[in-house]
Amino acid sequence: MQHGCFRPEIETASRDELTALQNKRLVNTVKHCYENVPYYKRAMNEKGVSPADVHSVEDLWKLPFLSKEDLRLAYPDGMLAVPKRDVVRIHSTSGTTGKRVIAYYTQADLDMWDDCCARALAAAGATPDDVVQICYGFGLFTGGAGINGGSHKLGSMTIPMSSGNTDRQIQFLIDMQATVIACTPSYAAYLAEVVTERGLQNKLHLKSGIFGAEAWSGEMRRDIEEKLGLEAFNIYGLTEMSGPGVAFECGAHCGSHIQEDNFIAEIIDPDTGEVLPDGSEGELVFTTINKQASPLIRYRTHDICTLNREKCACGRTHVRMGKILGRSDDMLIVKGVNVFPSQIEAVLISRGCSSNYEIIVTRENNSDVLDINVEMTPEMFSDKLSSLSAMEKDIVATLKSVLGIYAKVHLVAPTTLSRSEGKAVRVVDKRGLYEKTGRN
Amino acid sequence: MALNQLSVFIENKPSQLLKLADTLRRHNVNMRALSLSETTDFGIARLLVDTPEKALEALKDECYVASLTPVIAVELSDEAGGLYNILQLLADAGINLEYSYAFIMKKKGSACSVIRVDDQERAEQVLGSAGVPLVSAEDIA
Ligand SMILES: [Zn+2]
Repeated sequence: MQHGCFRPEIETASRDELTALQNKRLVNTVKHCYENVPYYKRAMNEKGVSPADVHSVEDLWKLPFLSKEDLRLAYPDGMLAVPKRDVVRIHSTSGTTGKRVIAYYTQADLDMWDDCCARALAAAGATPDDVVQICYGFGLFTGGAGINGGSHKLGSMTIPMSSGNTDRQIQFLIDMQATVIACTPSYAAYLAEVVTERGLQNKLHLKSGIFGAEAWSGEMRRDIEEKLGLEAFNIYGLTEMSGPGVAFECGAHCGSHIQEDNFIAEIIDPDTGEVLPDGSEGELVFTTINKQASPLIRYRTHDICTLNREKCACGRTHVRMGKILGRSDDMLIVKGVNVFPSQIEAVLISRGCSSNYEIIVTRENNSDVLDINVEMTPEMFSDKLSSLSAMEKDIVATLKSVLGIYAKVHLVAPTTLSRSEGKAVRVVDKRGLYEKTGRN
Repeated sequence: MALNQLSVFIENKPSQLLKLADTLRRHNVNMRALSLSETTDFGIARLLVDTPEKALEALKDECYVASLTPVIAVELSDEAGGLYNILQLLADAGINLEYSYAFIMKKKGSACSVIRVDDQERAEQVLGSAGVPLVSAEDIA
């Protein structure tokens, strides 16, 4: 199914037009960052590059990379590039206190973001005649606010439901005759199951679903489409970059168009940082070229994918990113929260546990479950069951405070964990979210 | 007078106890008493054996996590309230009981209660001065 372009003049602009726009905006962004954010000035000076060296997208490689850790260290406002009085809103990544990344928005930033989301909605078939039900969380999380702004801009009737309360979600889907739903794929799968169980499929009016904020498998997509009777569309974004709408899937369903008038995408070798040609598998790096408050230069996403610059069947010229194939770091996203095995290891070691552990992520009833198996050592052992149970509870509580989510901890006998070449395999992700083939 | 009890970590999974018993059998270790306590994930096997040090070495060689724990064993009088009297003595002295199990001593033909407390030394004093017969390693060898 082919759907409309919200900004046809930009979305189907020729590559030359797009490149000219990107060149102009990149030069401005680099200058803006250098002049207003001490971090960028220092990083660029260290790399021996100044704004005068950047004339076009071709010069992008000269600029230093930016990592999530850099943004965390800048908490709360070390990366803010405009006077605070120009800021009209903030959002924030999930994460433990002090480890968050705050994203700042001027009114122009919000307008740009709304525009991105309006384009994503239009590509999924939404029009002013449609009813868009948003079951993403509102608040500091960007999912709810982003789609809400886009839906307003597009002129669709918007239902800002926020997340949770499934009974009410279903009631509104039916009573308001919602035609478009926006939520996480795991929540969509859950809704689909409940709707099927209750035999309410015939009462729904959904035609499209816009799903993002987590990885999902092709199998999950087919299941959601069938049970909710809709066409599913991927949406991609990061809070650091504004939120959902950085890239979105069109009706051709072969990749997600990155909104190149606002973002420049590169694929790099995650080990060497070298820029790779289109079609290569590598780490996605973004530069925002139309943002004022929180601009990012060469931000490393750690998402592994490919880029495809061929013209799409939908008519859009913007580059398409393929399905996320994995992560270049060992980060896991569990229940929407970023989890690093190193955080878990640090907790275990601080609790006198062995460094032989195994992290297992599974999905039960469309919800992520985190299990951690820890091998028993003579140092940890006690002949008192109460001491061992207390140790388990203590680890669980510490993990909860560090990670922000609940993990089940199991003490296991030594040498029982699976090993590859003698080394314990640390992370076992059984959710099957990343797959090497299949449409995006 | 403490006895050396063998405490072994085992997972709460099928045939874990069987494996443990097999290890002890292959090393000619003779069990006198066995008690198991478990959670949903794991358990602790507590054993009195004829040669605790040798058994510990054997288990460590086979990658078990195990330790020797000092426990008190008392001979119980064959009458109502036999265990009660002992528990009362410990309670009066403010000594906490961690766990306890009982078995029949083959040599003496009488019941023996194994007691693990938070203060081993004081428990021995309290029971000894009350004339409670304590069981020695020789008694169960
Ligand atoms: Zn397309």
